[in-house]
Amino acid sequence: MSEARIDIHPILGEKETEGTVEFNFNGEPMKAMPGEMISTALFANGVRVFGHHHRDGAAQGMFCANGQCSQCLVLADGVPVKSCIVPVKPGMDVRSMEGLPKLKADDSLSGYPERPEVVDTQVLIIGGGPAGLMAAVELAEAGVDCLICDDKQVLGGKLSLQTHNFFGSVKECFAGSRGMDIGINLEKQVYEMVKVTVWTDAPVVGVFDDGLAGVVKEGTYTLVKPERILVTAGAREKTLAFPGADIPGVYGAGAFQTLVNRDLVRPSEKLFIIGGGNVGLIAAYHALQAGIDVVGLVEALPQCGGYKVHEDKIRRLGVPVWTSHTVLRIEGEEKIERIIICEIDNKFQPVPGTEAEFFADTVLVAVGLSPVDELFHEAKKANIPVYSAGDAQEIAEASAAMFSGRITGRKILAEMGMESEIPEKWYEMIDMLRARPGPNAGFYPPPEGEQVYPVIRCEQEIPCNPCIDSCSKGAVTIPEGNILGRPKLDGECIGCMKCVAICPGLAISLVDKRYDKDGINAKVTVPWELPEGTVEVGQEVTTTGFEGEVIGRGKILRFVSGEWLNMRMLMQLEVPMEDCDKVAGIRIREPLGKEAATSVRACDDGEVVVCRCERVTKADIVKYIQDSDCRDFNTLKAALRTGMGPCGGKTCTNLIWGIFRQLGVDFGDIEPHLERPFTQEVPLKSFLGGDDE
Amino acid sequence: MSDHDVIIIGAGSVGSPTAFFLAEAGKKVLVIESLKGAGQGQNKAAIGGTRATHSDPAKIQICLASLDVFSNWKEKTGTDIGWKKGGYCFPVYRENEQTILKGILPIQKRAGLTIDWVEPERVKEVVPGINPEGLLGGTYSPHDGQVSPLMASESFYVEAKKLGAEFKYNETVTGLVMDGNSIKAVKTDKGEYTADIVLNAAGGKATAICKMAGVEIPVIPDSHEAGISAPVEPFLDPLVVDLRPGPDGKTANFYFGQNHEGQIIFCYTPSELFKGENRMCTSEFMPVIARRLVTLIPRFKNLTIRRLWRGLYPMTPDGVAVVGKAPGVDNFYLGIGMCGQGFMMGPGVAQNLASLIINGKPVLDDDVFALLSPERGFYSGKKEALK
Repeated sequence: MSEARIDIHPILGEKETEGTVEFNFNGEPMKAMPGEMISTALFANGVRVFGHHHRDGAAQGMFCANGQCSQCLVLADGVPVKSCIVPVKPGMDVRSMEGLPKLKADDSLSGYPERPEVVDTQVLIIGGGPAGLMAAVELAEAGVDCLICDDKQVLGGKLSLQTHNFFGSVKECFAGSRGMDIGINLEKQVYEMVKVTVWTDAPVVGVFDDGLAGVVKEGTYTLVKPERILVTAGAREKTLAFPGADIPGVYGAGAFQTLVNRDLVRPSEKLFIIGGGNVGLIAAYHALQAGIDVVGLVEALPQCGGYKVHEDKIRRLGVPVWTSHTVLRIEGEEKIERIIICEIDNKFQPVPGTEAEFFADTVLVAVGLSPVDELFHEAKKANIPVYSAGDAQEIAEASAAMFSGRITGRKILAEMGMESEIPEKWYEMIDMLRARPGPNAGFYPPPEGEQVYPVIRCEQEIPCNPCIDSCSKGAVTIPEGNILGRPKLDGECIGCMKCVAICPGLAISLVDKRYDKDGINAKVTVPWELPEGTVEVGQEVTTTGFEGEVIGRGKILRFVSGEWLNMRMLMQLEVPMEDCDKVAGIRIREPLGKEAATSVRACDDGEVVVCRCERVTKADIVKYIQDSDCRDFNTLKAALRTGMGPCGGKTCTNLIWGIFRQLGVDFGDIEPHLERPFTQEVPLKSFLGGDDE
Repeated sequence: MSDHDVIIIGAGSVGSPTAFFLAEAGKKVLVIESLKGAGQGQNKAAIGGTRATHSDPAKIQICLASLDVFSNWKEKTGTDIGWKKGGYCFPVYRENEQTILKGILPIQKRAGLTIDWVEPERVKEVVPGINPEGLLGGTYSPHDGQVSPLMASESFYVEAKKLGAEFKYNETVTGLVMDGNSIKAVKTDKGEYTADIVLNAAGGKATAICKMAGVEIPVIPDSHEAGISAPVEPFLDPLVVDLRPGPDGKTANFYFGQNHEGQIIFCYTPSELFKGENRMCTSEFMPVIARRLVTLIPRFKNLTIRRLWRGLYPMTPDGVAVVGKAPGVDNFYLGIGMCGQGFMMGPGVAQNLASLIINGKPVLDDDVFALLSPERGFYSGKKEALK
């Protein structure tokens, strides 16, 4: 296969495929995997520019990979389609979208069904991710009919992209399992329940005045008449506006995870990441697992907002993390040529003279998520009883989403007059799961005088306990008594390595001092999840401490793997005895220092594209707000077309709120963006009974 | 001494252009608008078709004046308002519509409209891809066109402001202070203002404003839904109106055009009107109009639909706008009850109101203007041949 495919992934293994599909892009023959999306096939063939904008000719490419934004439009057999949600068909003629598409002059007329089918259900669940699936289980077990509509081909939502072990509680939300496995299990469970109907490839695109919801079910517009609606549509990625943020190659971390973990495509050789929350940190790790080099990560705050364990695991491998830094600008047109970062002060203003330059072909933006809640609001307006759970309600980890789905499911039962009890401790649990990570409190030191023991470097209050259950001897405990507390060894260790294998934070190493009778060296076992061939047995490596600091040298003794290790490989190292408590990992790359950037142009608001669909710049928006004393998103729309494009303001709305804030406008005075159907563009054919070809 | 020469209530399709013409004539104008910007009420729900193709002479002449304003606006102000001179085409497939449309041609021509009956071949030229089966021909009026309601209302506001008109947004009129037969002051939730003349251009809220001056004008809104596609390369010049009722039983007629952005914008008149001010979309609209669109122009099947909305038609009992001096009040003028055509009539109505206020007489001939009089009988039972 091409070099842009990940042939063997350390966690996901090999992609099962049956042959290939041939298609053309701008007349050039290419190969795709059967059933994969056009955008994925293009990436696998090294195509990253999908067209040029009709307004200013700006290069367009992948942005959301989620069917929401339309930046990835291409012409497929003469019809414009979002390449990230339309599968390649054999022999398909794909062309880049250059300017406006021509309406295909196909004047054939066929018979169309009178009107769409109307389907009744008790509860329409919008989104089959962790929250929706858990709610469905609760509802269906109590005998309630529910219909899950999901816009993707498979259920599980973003769980399917989560190749890492989950935090949380083992009993309550499958902690210690990989997100993708949790998704598969939940999917299986709901498919077995007779009370649950599942529609995949079925985005809900509107909730109407007459109490019906419109669903594009496998390309055919279908109406659902629900008694109640549960919105579990998850979240969408926020973005940033700075010069160059609209170049193809700058996109969301979620989009990246889709390409890498769902599609096993390697969309980048060198990656740079903006944002040190969990999404950005995990994306960096996923990139390394896919054999992609991560040049660096910047975080605007003085500290990363994500779990410290996630930050530390990328630092150990040699990825530099620059806090109190931001990307000032990215240069390039068709692709990224140069990335310029700089320090920022406590008012988030660039510090002159601190500009440094890097090269990467891809920059991921991971600056937070916002709830996908527009259908919640529409349902409210239509007076349909409506609920939300998971990220659509409050942004948090997937473990919290699962729990909030369960709770909301039971709440709905109670409102339907059915017997339903929500244990008090569920509320405590969800509060813990949603809690921000606590301050760094240090870890419990390893026991003295023992020969075999784990070093448990769990320093922050985060909701997690798989290590407790994993211990063969039951010797790992949390003195605080709840899952937020930090674990310690309190008893005998037999060196079974299970805690090393399960810790979602990769925060446990196992020291074995019996290894060398002479007491010169010790054996240290650490988690290892990178591609085969990254390092070899017998290789001398640089060892690092938990936070990535260099400890010294070590030698790789062997890799341990097995079913009981949950796909996680362990690496055993020989290290000098005096290093054994400190070594937590090895470096696979030498972190680059900052290289001062020369000839950096000053940033101009006229270069900053805020509304990508209509190519409206920050300068235009600032000028309009100031000149017209504008306090209304809708007049801004009328005057500049912000939010009038295919995404309907999903990307620019947050950015424009930010501009209002910068200009000192009181948010209370501002009329928000008026939401209208459809929540995403719908092919007209869908209303005629679908594509009959 | 009043603070202003004229206070206009409402910065919509009528209020903003009237503010412009009055300010242009040197009048001191204050516009009070309850929403947070110009044209944020029903103006922005208009699809932007601007035609003088009507059957009522007053409407024809008012809209000819509007077309004159729209088509020269860019030259006059330097601002693009999305004007597209693509004409209007009414394709005909049945005797019934042929009789109606041919019947009104003489009135239309007499009123100064450029329009004619055209043969099927010509219809096929101006509406590429139109279903040829049973096509009898149609009318074509090449000087009609389309404008962006969003850009136009924004520009009327900006240009009026440049000429000294003052706009107060987010401010709601709560009462009119009367002094005998004249309005002494306009009270709002934020203050009180005086003016020699008050103009009611409050669209859907016009009846309530009239009542504040003791004037009874029945304006009751109903609503129509509309939608818009993603843009495609320009291929369709005219706005197309199909007067036939739909086979669906839901639609009285439907119309569509391609705007200056390349988007197909479309709307239908429901067989049964939705009364009231609800502006939320129904699940019925899109499936119904999709069938009508594709049956008339099959190639529309490859469009992508972007957005839907629903706007109000402030209706009078006889379906004709109410423009002129209010009965029984010395200094109160009305530009209301536009019956869903406020956007296309707006500039023409505005010119006439400005002239009436400044010169004491409209631009139109008095007898034609009288057709819009607030003092006419609203329940005469007369019906427009072409709405």
